Amino acid sequence: MTTVKEKEMIQEQFKVRMNEDELLNCMRCGFCLPACPTYIESGYKESHSPRGRIALMKAVVDGLIEPDEDFERSLNLCLGCVACETVCPSGVKYGHMLEEARDIVSQNKKYSLPTSIVRKTVFEGLFPHPNRMKNVTGLIGFYQRSGLQSIARKIGFLGILPEHLALMEKVLPEVATVKEMKNRPVHVEPIGKQTHRVAFFSGCLMDSMFMKTNDATIKLLQLAGCEIVIPEDQTCCGALHGHYGEKGGSKDLAKRNIKAFEDLNVDFIITNAGGCGAFLLGYDHMLKNDPIWSERAKKFTEKIQDVSEILVSVNFHKRVRLELSSQIITYQDSCHLRNVMKTASAPRLLLQSIKGAEYVEMKDADRCCGSAGIYNIIESEMSMKMLDYKMEQAKDTQAATIVTANPGCLLQMKVGIEKEGLSNKMRGIHIVDLLLEAVKQ
Amino acid sequence: MLSKVVKEKLVAIVSKENFDDAKTERLVYSYDSTPNLQSMPDAVVSPRNTKEVSEIVKVCNQYKVPIVPRGSGTNLCGGTCPTEGGVVILFKYMNKILDLDEENLTITVQPGVILVDVANAASAKGLFYPPDPGSMKIATIGGTINENAGGLRGLKYGVTRDYVIGLEVVMPNGDIIKTGGKLAKDVAGYDLTRLMVGSEGTLGIITEAILKLIPMPETKKTMLALYQDLEAAAKTVSKIIANKIIPITLEFLDQPTIMVVEDYSKIGLPTDAKAVLLIEQDGSPEVVNRDIEKIIEVCRQEGAVSVQVASTEEEALALAAARRTALSALARLKPTTVLEDATVPRSELAKMVRAINEIAEKYKLQICTFGHAGDGNLHPTCPTDSRNHEEMERVEMAFAEIFEKAVELGGTITGEHGVGVMKAPYLELKLGKEGIAVMKAIKQALDPNNIMNPGKVFAKEDRKRVVITNQGSAFRDDDKNRVVVTQ
Repeated sequence: MTTVKEKEMIQEQFKVRMNEDELLNCMRCGFCLPACPTYIESGYKESHSPRGRIALMKAVVDGLIEPDEDFERSLNLCLGCVACETVCPSGVKYGHMLEEARDIVSQNKKYSLPTSIVRKTVFEGLFPHPNRMKNVTGLIGFYQRSGLQSIARKIGFLGILPEHLALMEKVLPEVATVKEMKNRPVHVEPIGKQTHRVAFFSGCLMDSMFMKTNDATIKLLQLAGCEIVIPEDQTCCGALHGHYGEKGGSKDLAKRNIKAFEDLNVDFIITNAGGCGAFLLGYDHMLKNDPIWSERAKKFTEKIQDVSEILVSVNFHKRVRLELSSQIITYQDSCHLRNVMKTASAPRLLLQSIKGAEYVEMKDADRCCGSAGIYNIIESEMSMKMLDYKMEQAKDTQAATIVTANPGCLLQMKVGIEKEGLSNKMRGIHIVDLLLEAVKQ
Repeated sequence: MLSKVVKEKLVAIVSKENFDDAKTERLVYSYDSTPNLQSMPDAVVSPRNTKEVSEIVKVCNQYKVPIVPRGSGTNLCGGTCPTEGGVVILFKYMNKILDLDEENLTITVQPGVILVDVANAASAKGLFYPPDPGSMKIATIGGTINENAGGLRGLKYGVTRDYVIGLEVVMPNGDIIKTGGKLAKDVAGYDLTRLMVGSEGTLGIITEAILKLIPMPETKKTMLALYQDLEAAAKTVSKIIANKIIPITLEFLDQPTIMVVEDYSKIGLPTDAKAVLLIEQDGSPEVVNRDIEKIIEVCRQEGAVSVQVASTEEEALALAAARRTALSALARLKPTTVLEDATVPRSELAKMVRAINEIAEKYKLQICTFGHAGDGNLHPTCPTDSRNHEEMERVEMAFAEIFEKAVELGGTITGEHGVGVMKAPYLELKLGKEGIAVMKAIKQALDPNNIMNPGKVFAKEDRKRVVITNQGSAFRDDDKNRVVVTQ
């Protein structure tokens, strides 16, 4: 329950902090409605559409409604995929408004003790600390390798978990050992003639749970002629914090990252996770009112580029022979890669360049798969509805391989494949892992 | 607030999960796409079939509760804003295509079907449903019928009215009637189908529609003509038609719009051009080629400084984009965008555009004009800020003058957006007292309790378009203090 006092505080903060110009900029044309996955999946509920959410935010500012549970529900059910921004004639910055609104609500609300402990642990105790991330992820590796996993599966222990969590357990990648994770290079030479000097943003989850994908990324960049710097003092991008109402935490992380990357004298800062890349790209907006950091943030964001973009720009797909066994492959967009970083054609072009494989575009590939950070854990019902729709489209392509460009999307695809009982004929894979596979053949 | 008994009866009809009177749920149905207009409904209900609609209407008629049928809420006249509260009816369940009849060339749909889905279902069978308002990706068929929506193809293919040939309607007393049918000819009594099209939900609730389809044209060509002279562009429009060519699209952008579009999209439009015409023709390849050649000749004769024909589909799309980005570009200029649709006979186009520019200057406003030149249907658009009350007053006066001028030139106050709340004060300009009396007599006869979308089409006394009040404090959602507020 939100108390009367909390509601008043939230309302007051909405008046102070919500950008009125931006709220008014929404002219309510409704062009965002058909692009919004939650509007469609909720059975066309305006309260679960971008136009509706903006109207609700404005109504709280104007004092027409209280920020009650229904209001919060509407904000929480949003995936933050910002597909709405790409079709908005007025150029409304919905994503920024959503983050601000969520931050106001969460900062002015006293959560129940268990919730607040979990939030504190995750947002303050875990993600900002690369080594802790590696240790925790290492536990998963231990669980997988020690035989615990097969015991847990045999005795049906996982049956007590909700379906989607049990599936999640099943699809986690084989995690590297803590030693492997902590023993990373900080500088890598190019293979062949040098094209660029780049820095690699390794990410927190990508550098622990998905370390092998990071290795593949580095390998591809080498093959593309890049000299790669991997600064040790970089940290989590802060996306999770930003999207779940912990703006303060994400600002601290932003500053740490800007500092870690600013003196490296590199052409680009390369990411391999759409969610992280998009959030890094928003650092300049996040710090725009900070006199010390705004310029530095701007310089930082100008260098952010997804790995697929740089590969295409140096003609990687032409200079390296890419070949796979005969199979159909399809691609699921990462919302943040597509809608925020505007990277959509580069990954497709790379996939289409693989000899032997046939690329088939999936219907509504640009619609969110329902992963959305930790959305699939906290809003599993809506998330599973969206996944079911996604898997129908994937099946129609007859693809043996679904490619994604973000860890969350990748896990969600894997959950979908398990859920549909297709694991014997379909797989989910990160684009860099597939490309490296194609190089090796 | 609905009385307890009304609420209970409505819940009994649609079941609990399809009735909502929580504040957030009501708030999100308190507006449509009309700037500066918002008012809370008392409840939102989602019937599952025609029978439930009829039962809802009977209850509302008995207890005199206003009803506002609502599609996706994309109209620009305030047509679905519940200015007098009451019950908003949604058609999220009644959204099926019931039948596509290739022998009779008809498609039968429920009101909640999205327009683009109708167009796609038709084109999958090589058929064509031409009405294409800007909102076609989200507008519902029910909404487009009630507003008699137009679009870019009106010149050659007409508007929604020309494609509705049969309806099922729940009347204000709850009776269910069927009009028209899958018929090319039908003169059995008054044309109730046409009466309902464009009635803005004030005469009944459309629960099913039979729409006419036509064969899909084989091919299409797109071209752009630039002018240094407004008159020349306008004259070209009349001249093309005088040459017995009816293009599918004949769109116009004036210089202020060109400048805004170029600034926004950087596609290389000459900002020194006074006007641009975007012209499209469709049909069989021979006809299209012949027409386009003739049109090029006319454009040159009339003094076009440059004529460009798209040679590929991508090029055609790029040209059409110049027109389509107009609204986007304008909407980004200022927080509030007032978009109107004054319409004149096409022969008066140049006079109207000139008058708009003079009026803009007189009231010191930026008004950009683009629109469907072939239809004489212009979209004078004013980027403004609803918080600037002094400027809003001037916007108000400027548009009043634009409407007067349009009527004076033999035109109308609205070509395709509808009357709703926004144009109600000007309806008399167009119809005269006697015309209004006829319309009111129809309304009174069919809806004596005035429950169907009250406050729309007919003005109260005030000639003012927008009631500007202090937001927040003036907003009440109980019946006694209901007010229309600015956003």
